[in-house]
Amino acid sequence: MTEPQLQTETAARPADDATRIVYCRCAYAQVVPVAVKDAVLAGLAAAGRGFEMVPDLCEMAARRDPHLAELARGDRPLRIVACWPRAVQGLFTLADAPLPKQGVEILNMRTDTAETVLAGVLAAPEGAGS
Amino acid sequence: MIAEALLPPRVIVYEGAGATPLAATDRAGLFASLLDRGYAVTRAGAGAADLQAGGAMIVIGCFPDGPPAVSDTSGRCEVLVRDVTGLSVAETVAAVEEARGERRMNRPPEASTVANGPVANTAETWKPWFPVIDTARCTNCMQCLSFCLFDVYGVAGDQTLRVENPSNCKVNCPACSRVCPEVAIMFPKYHAGPIDGGPVAEADVHREKMKVDISALLGGDIYAKLRERSADAKARFSKERSADQALAERRRCLTKLADAAQIPREVLDALPSPEEIQRRVEAAAARASAAKEAAGAAAVGRST
Ligand code: SF4
Ligand code: SF4
Repeated sequence: MTEPQLQTETAARPADDATRIVYCRCAYAQVVPVAVKDAVLAGLAAAGRGFEMVPDLCEMAARRDPHLAELARGDRPLRIVACWPRAVQGLFTLADAPLPKQGVEILNMRTDTAETVLAGVLAAPEGAGS
Repeated sequence: MIAEALLPPRVIVYEGAGATPLAATDRAGLFASLLDRGYAVTRAGAGAADLQAGGAMIVIGCFPDGPPAVSDTSGRCEVLVRDVTGLSVAETVAAVEEARGERRMNRPPEASTVANGPVANTAETWKPWFPVIDTARCTNCMQCLSFCLFDVYGVAGDQTLRVENPSNCKVNCPACSRVCPEVAIMFPKYHAGPIDGGPVAEADVHREKMKVDISALLGGDIYAKLRERSADAKARFSKERSADQALAERRRCLTKLADAAQIPREVLDALPSPEEIQRRVEAAAARASAAKEAAGAAAVGRST
């Protein structure tokens, strides 16, 4: 049988995974409306593409989780689905992994509807054509 | 206190070549269940999954030919594979928990606990509550560093402010955000803006400044006031026998202060002795002023 392709970051990726998507569950507190975060998760799960989910970006930042530095490396466009962009940027900085100025979009489940967030996160990257 | 060194296992939900996809109806529910238990999750789809630097990865999938042999040739992390063919969401989560074994991790509290109010600051359900700095607004005045009694703040190598010990912060206490003249301190899990990281309006800057003035009205230095109230109370308490009465009195004395600065009562109740407060305030002030002097000297050095 074909072995699962668990590869390191140097490996080639299919085009649909060119933009990295990270979804924050805000699991340690309920500041994001549950209905919005559930609907966004369901939409991403149904979209048929790879994406990453973290239980709580705040908790990861407090631990200075090395995965944040990997996300902030800037080698691929990044879309983070979480809360206020100012807060998310501050969390990465706190974890010694400041986000690059270009190539990062932060979508806000605290204020936007699930439809708006999903439309933004699943949109074709700029310049990709349609 | 958060177990800072604990890297939670990452679960890779594999649905690519060699695996049959999970039932669509189960997928989102499975993701949510794993996340709500503190696992990081990757949906690998048809693509590749990055290996994480250290810790363990648990690969789950429906493998018609049995679970494949997968290993991380770089040796950076341990890879465990589980075939979850035919398992329900609950059974799949149980299989992941079994694969995790004795590895420790932080855990979000159960949903029922959240509904019942603030979460205790215990080893496995620490609510990630700490100040986050908007570096675009912060002027490195170090007022927050001087204010905090719990060594949350420190100074980075370049003499800028750094949140050094996030887990020392008192859960649900946003008091230091009130002393920042630039509205640069956020608590992402606060219930309202701009402290939650929302946009800062001009009016917010004035409102936050007013709050600093309120603390000034209380005696110029909020900790001086605390010490004074605490000392008064101590003199009175020494004549009393009942610890409960003493606690009630301390609460009464501090109510006004708690309301003015929005400091949770439990935080004030847990403050150290007046002498210890004095010692910590002096130590923090010395660190802040040393950092400012060093930053000033560096700026002069650059301009000459
Ligand atoms: S980054 Fe925002 S959405 Fe994510 S855990 Fe922190 S407060 Fe919640
Ligand atoms: S009080 Fe505000 S501006 Fe001053 S160092 Fe702290 S965060 Fe920065």
